[in-house]
Amino acid sequence: MSEEALSIKSEEKSQFIELPSLASLRRAVPSWLYGVPLVLAFFVLWEALPRLGVIDPMFLPTFSETIRTLAHLLASGRLLADIGASLERALIGFILAVFFAVPLGFLMGWYRTFEKYTDLLVQGLRNTSTFALMPIFLLFFGLGESSKIAIIFYSASWHLLINTISGVRSIDPIYIKAAKSMGVSDKDLFHKIILPASIPAIVSGARLGVKIAFMVVIAAEMIGAKSGLGFFIQNAQFNFLIPEMYAGVLTLAIIGLAMNYLLVWIERKATYWKGDLDSAILG
Amino acid sequence: MDKIVALGVKKKFRLKQSQKANRSSSASNEVEVLNGLNLRVREGEFLVLVGPSGSGKSVFLDIIGGLTTASGGAVYIDDKLVDGPSSKSAYVFQQYALFPWRTALSNIEFGMENQGIQKEERTDRAQKWMQKFGLSGFEDRFPYQLSGGMQQRVAIARALARNPEVLLMDEPFAALDSQTRETLQEELIRTWEEGERTTVVFVTHSIDEAVFLADRVVVVTARPAEIKEIIEIDLPRPRDANTRSSCEFTANRHKVWEALKLEVSRAQQESQLAAAR
Repeated sequence: MSEEALSIKSEEKSQFIELPSLASLRRAVPSWLYGVPLVLAFFVLWEALPRLGVIDPMFLPTFSETIRTLAHLLASGRLLADIGASLERALIGFILAVFFAVPLGFLMGWYRTFEKYTDLLVQGLRNTSTFALMPIFLLFFGLGESSKIAIIFYSASWHLLINTISGVRSIDPIYIKAAKSMGVSDKDLFHKIILPASIPAIVSGARLGVKIAFMVVIAAEMIGAKSGLGFFIQNAQFNFLIPEMYAGVLTLAIIGLAMNYLLVWIERKATYWKGDLDSAILG
Repeated sequence: MDKIVALGVKKKFRLKQSQKANRSSSASNEVEVLNGLNLRVREGEFLVLVGPSGSGKSVFLDIIGGLTTASGGAVYIDDKLVDGPSSKSAYVFQQYALFPWRTALSNIEFGMENQGIQKEERTDRAQKWMQKFGLSGFEDRFPYQLSGGMQQRVAIARALARNPEVLLMDEPFAALDSQTRETLQEELIRTWEEGERTTVVFVTHSIDEAVFLADRVVVVTARPAEIKEIIEIDLPRPRDANTRSSCEFTANRHKVWEALKLEVSRAQQESQLAAAR
């Protein structure tokens, strides 16, 4: 075939609509959008099964009814107050855990002698289920705010502690050697080398800690509380306010999801210097 | 004038309880790495230490740099005893050791941060160094975004930005491919020749590298290390890519290899003994 036959003259080209290639289409779609079809199917199922009587609507109200109840609860402000209470407790407990566990983690990670003496107790306490200890917390701190915060502080601390220790321990010794070879003071060694090098591990521990904090606060509120999202759900179930209960659970799921993505984003920001594994493999 | 003086430097390492070292036919749980090294490094010279693997050359460098203490003997820089890292010395490592959380520019600035130099001047100097090594435009890159050769250039710049009087280099090019390695050797020697003629103590396995760079080559024995021979390299300066093809280069190389080859086979024998047990 001659070259003229193969090439399309420019005037002819403009008559054709430029179709985007399949690859460019694929790139334009954000990744989370791919998950939407399955989630929609889930909601559709949630709507259909009680409607069709496959599941007793007394035990599972339809999705639409749940949404309506949720809107109603939000408007009345009661649910927002409970959400606020839960988040506040989780946040305070978590922040206290950070101020306690991270410095302790640095000490235990850096000074081997310190770790020698503290490790056995730490391992023992850490492996005791928080939920088993909850009655003790409630006994000492009562049903008020402090017991929830204490439990959250306790359980979130472990992840932060373990990860901080691990972060300090896993610092490549060559960085320490390099810094020392430049005559860096101990104070600077901590601020300029140990701290930045451990941040990814600490943030990773924080991510787990926040998740645990939120999980624990809900559980603690279910066992003994007068407010909060966990209390709300438990209370609704107790008083057979089933749509309200599901509205609470749905709220919990949404908050958990949002928190997860927020933490992932924070973690990615904190590990900016590690480089993608993907790009390392693909070049 | 002698810049660095090492007198009878010894170094022993103690092994863990269960480990044993095999020396000739006896077992012990101490490894003697340096066995009384005596060395005088002249001011402004480029001295290269060559020896078989594991012969403790790097340990000796650490002692000069004040990062390790000797088990016996001592090292003096400018007649002052070395008992810790000195502001006069700078170190370049085989693994680059760039701080991954800092940009290339910021890494170079690091070395100047404890020298009382103001921020603006640090940045200025760091930028000049990057230009000198052909890294302009990469100031904001993080180490993971740089190739091995680029990272090592930054590492060398970080050391040189401190204006050291003594530069210690521990097999800095060993982790690079041979083309990059030769290029960096040329860049290093050119920078050194054109600059202040810092006293350099350079450790390597590569005889070619040693002969190309050095004023004198020190051949170190197998463990426990001693100085076997010091060979003056009579190659003219400045040295460049053509130097490697010259007859004088081959002659010098031959001298070094003759001194070294017995030590290499001794070191290999020792590791075979260890494996046999």
